[in-house]
Amino acid sequence: MTPTVLIFGFFVIATVAALVALEVRDLLAASAVLSVFSFVVALLYVSLGAVDVGFNEAVLGAGVTGVLFLVAVYHTERRSGD
Amino acid sequence: MITRKDSVILDVVTRIMVPFIQIFAFYVIFHGHYSPGGGFQGGALLAGSVLLQRIVLGRDRSLPGFPVKWGVPFGVIGVLLFFGTGLLAQVMGGNFLQYDALPFPMDEVWLRNTGILLVEIGVAFAVMGTLIAIFDELSGAGEEA
Repeated sequence: MTPTVLIFGFFVIATVAALVALEVRDLLAASAVLSVFSFVVALLYVSLGAVDVGFNEAVLGAGVTGVLFLVAVYHTERRSGD
Repeated sequence: MITRKDSVILDVVTRIMVPFIQIFAFYVIFHGHYSPGGGFQGGALLAGSVLLQRIVLGRDRSLPGFPVKWGVPFGVIGVLLFFGTGLLAQVMGGNFLQYDALPFPMDEVWLRNTGILLVEIGVAFAVMGTLIAIFDELSGAGEEA
């Protein structure tokens, strides 16, 4: 059983990563931080007992979605407009 | 397609990582009955290994491994494998995807095992082909090939 402190730590890291992804101006960095967010959320799922969901989140959220964001940033522009 | 900058570290790490990712993907697919994972996750891992090559190695060295024109056919083969397994069971007198009605010379337990395995492999093919096809379409690899 995962300690409660660890689960709380995952929540904190996920929240910080999400806020950084919202605030950072460089969209390439934002998509990278979003991959970090997905990976921490996957760890959270696994520590709460949902191994299958966590596996999905790690593979798709942290891997494939990051690649697709990368391609989208490459085709538009790297600086955030707002 | 995206042009690349030379980086020895990325290049070597990618070439070492890709076989391990693919072996792990096959492990996930073939143990999908009784452990976490299954066709979807294994197919996504296989697609991830190909996307890693596409991004890091560039088009000249990644396209021979998995050509652009294979993406959609892999997806279609996967769907046909899934649907064919279900329909074969239905044609042989069972319900759709009722594995013990499949016409293979095995006892009932092995029939269920084999049927689930066929369905998992179909799902893995479909997911891998579709994800790679989406990436190729977005990155423009298909137009230049």
